[in-house]
Formats: sequence, C-alpha cells, structure tokens
Amino acid sequence: MIQVKNIQKSFGKLRVLDRVSFDITESGIVSILGPNGSGKTTFLKILLGMVIADKGFILYQGQNISHSHRYRNKISYLPQIARFPDNLKVKEVISMILDIRNEPANPESLIELFGLAKYMDQKLGNLSGGTRQKVNIVLTFMFDSPVIVLDEPTAGLDPVSLIKLKALIKREKSKGKIILITSHIMSLVEELSDEVVFLLEGNICFKGTVEKLKAKTNTEDLEHAIAKILES
Amino acid sequence: MIKIFKYSFSDLMRSRWSLVYLAFYLLLGFVLLFLNNDLSKGIITLMNVIVILTPMIGTIFGVMYFYNSREFTELLLAQPVKRSVIFFGQYLGVSISLSLSLIIGLGIPFLAYGLFRSGVIVNFLLLLSSGAFLTFIFVALAICIALFNTNKIKGFGYAILMWLFFAVIYDGLMLLSMMVFADYPLDNFALVASFLNPIDLSRIMILLKLDISALLGYTGALFQRFFGTNLGLIASWSMLVFWTFWPIILLIRKAQKKNF
Repeated sequence: MIQVKNIQKSFGKLRVLDRVSFDITESGIVSILGPNGSGKTTFLKILLGMVIADKGFILYQGQNISHSHRYRNKISYLPQIARFPDNLKVKEVISMILDIRNEPANPESLIELFGLAKYMDQKLGNLSGGTRQKVNIVLTFMFDSPVIVLDEPTAGLDPVSLIKLKALIKREKSKGKIILITSHIMSLVEELSDEVVFLLEGNICFKGTVEKLKAKTNTEDLEHAIAKILES
Repeated sequence: MIKIFKYSFSDLMRSRWSLVYLAFYLLLGFVLLFLNNDLSKGIITLMNVIVILTPMIGTIFGVMYFYNSREFTELLLAQPVKRSVIFFGQYLGVSISLSLSLIIGLGIPFLAYGLFRSGVIVNFLLLLSSGAFLTFIFVALAICIALFNTNKIKGFGYAILMWLFFAVIYDGLMLLSMMVFADYPLDNFALVASFLNPIDLSRIMILLKLDISALLGYTGALFQRFFGTNLGLIASWSMLVFWTFWPIILLIRKAQKKNF
C-alpha cells in the first residue's frame, strides 16, 4: 500500500534521511523507532507532504504522492506537539477541520471517551498540554481514514487516557488499517507493533517483527534490544 | 479556498488589532474632517497618511500573522488541501481584513460629512483603492520575507527595512542621484524609478487625479507631461496591479517548496 523509494533529505549540511526505502504492504501497526534526530518525524512529514524530499518518492496505492494533495484524505495525522491557534475554542477547531475535510466523521464518541465535553467552549491556549493532546487525538481519530500516522501519541497523557488511546489504536487496527507510530515508550511499541522500522543516522538498520529484533540481538525485551543496536 | 479565507479572516477580525486599526482610521477621519470641514482637503491630508501608514501596517501584520499562524498552517498542511490554496487563502484573509478596516474606518466619517453630496467621490474612491493596493502589495511582500526567513527576528527586521526602503530611503536615493547627475537628462530615469516604487506610484496616481500640480513633485510632473492625466492614471494603476501580482506569485512558489 505504501512504498518508500530512496528518500533523501538534508537540512543544510545535516543529512537526515539517506536513501531510505521500504514497503508497507499489509495492514497493521508499524513502529518507526530511532534515537532523537534519526529522521522519524521528517519521514512522517514527507509522507504527509509537509516536508519535501530532496530525492526519491513515496507511492500510496501505486500513485506518486508528491505534488498531490488528495491522497491526504486517506491519512489522519497526529502531530508530535499539539499546537493549535490559541484563540480558537475546542469546538471551533473540531468544526473547522470537519468543514475543511468535508468527510463523514464521528467526533462525539471520542469527545465523550476522553471527557472533553466540559472543555468544548474553552480556548485552546488555556488548555493544559495533556488536554490539548486529547483534542489532537479526537481530530485524528474522528475520520475513518485507512492510514493513521501517530507521532509520539502518548506525549503528556495520563495513564487512564493512555489505556483508552491504546484501546482506540487496537480498534482501528482491527478495521484493517495501516497505523504508523513513532514513540520512545518501548513498552507501548512492544505491546502494539506488528512490525518495527529502526532508523539510525538516516538509514534503516532493522526492519521486521519485534520477535525477530529480540532474536537478532539476543535480548529479552525491546528496550535492551534497541540499546544493544545503538551500542554496537 | 473560501474556507481557509473564512477562518483566517474571522481569526483576524476577532483579534483586537484590526479593531484598533479600524478605530484609528475612524478617529483620524472624523478629526480631520472636523478641523478642515472640507472633504477635498481631507483627502489630500489623508493621502499623505495612507501612502506611508498602509504599507507599514500591511508589512507588520503580514509578518506577524505568518509567524503567529504557524500552528494553524501546520494543521492545514496535513489536510487534503493544496498548499497554494492554504497560503493564498491566508494572504487574502490578512489583506482583505486590513483593507476593510481602512475602507470602513474612513468611509464612515466621509459619509457622515456628506460624501455623496460632494463632487469628490471619485477622488475618495481612488484614495481608498490606492490604500487597498498598498495593503495587498505590502502584505504579500511581508509574507514572502517571512517565508524566506524561519528566524522571526530576522524576518521582522528585513520586513521593516523593506518598508523603510520604499517609504523613505528610496526617495532619498532618487534625490541624491538627481543631484549627482544633474547635468544629464534624467527624465526617463526618474520615470522608470517611480514605476519601481509602489508608494510613489500611488502618491502620483492620487495627485494626478486631484490635479494639484504644486504637490506633484518632479516625478509626478514628468508623469503628467509624459502620459497626460488619463493615460497617467491608467499607467500607474496597471503598474500597481503588476506590483500586487508578482509578490503573490513569488509567495505561492516559495510556499510550494518550503519544509514545515
């Protein structure tokens, strides 16, 4: 469904992604891992068309996505930092995105799930980081998109909301969607991922299941497996 | 695009600054007309304010809006909307809300002092349209500068410098070069030079219509001699249109390539 071909991206002299290629052919949860600055967010932003690759291209269902914008109605994106225009109210930002995308959506159940009803008339600038992240989650999951991109989805969430989020991700996966996640919380990755793509200095240094990675590094859990790769 | 425009526009209309800007023009209009009690004189005084002030406000608002709405822009970029639509919609939101502040702010006092019963309605409309032109031009230039500079301080600095250049430095340079090259025929040079500054252009455009030769200045007089009043008006008008379009085209082209 998603084919990444030789993606290369530099910011100034810093090469963030160096000829990265891989395919995601089946539905399921793919975690993109790597230390800070390994190019995870840059890759996701290239997939979304927010960053423009220097070389290479990405195919979504066989179509080149560069210079296109329509494919984005097949993708829901949860950005790393929940930043919104400060002077908009929660209900305004939700109705704005609904209006712009103009697709069937179901925000009400998510608003209820995350207890946002009492914040609907609050301005986004006055909300705490965690609450803003919940708004972010509502905006991402309210559409029924076949691809979901989650960049650090757990940032600032309390444990109760985290459990709800995990359940939500699993529910979406069961619908046969492709879900891309980046996270530094290894327990989350281990629990959810069907596949792991490990980026290091702009290259893919491992792609496969969590079990394979553990077997390859001869370790008990994912955290140690990652540490072992980084040390070697 | 109308949706993006709608959200940018309502966002700006709700911010206090466009109301302050509107109130400023209301006050200025009423005070001027109260003191002069003559619409024609009011227009001449306002012209001097507008040709300096609208570019400045357009520049500051353009840069400020671009940097402040980065979150909004990023939110939109992940949606199935064309980049050109996002940026053009936001640009229209800023320019139209500022132009409306100008038009409403000056329109109300002039209407109250009997604009329709006077013979200067065309002059007044020309004044408003040149103010609107300058707003559209300088907002586009300012957003271009912001797009090229990720660093806010630099972006602000360059934008203010750009305004200062067109509003003050340009005239100084013109004057200086006229003095230095006084022995040479400078008519064509001066004519071309006035085409290259939108502030000069709109000043000339209004003065040609008002037909006050004492205020035209050297380039204005040249303009009148070279083109005559009507052709001069058309020439300056079309140059202002050109000045509006090229920064917009640059803005959209740069926006297509930028990383967010």
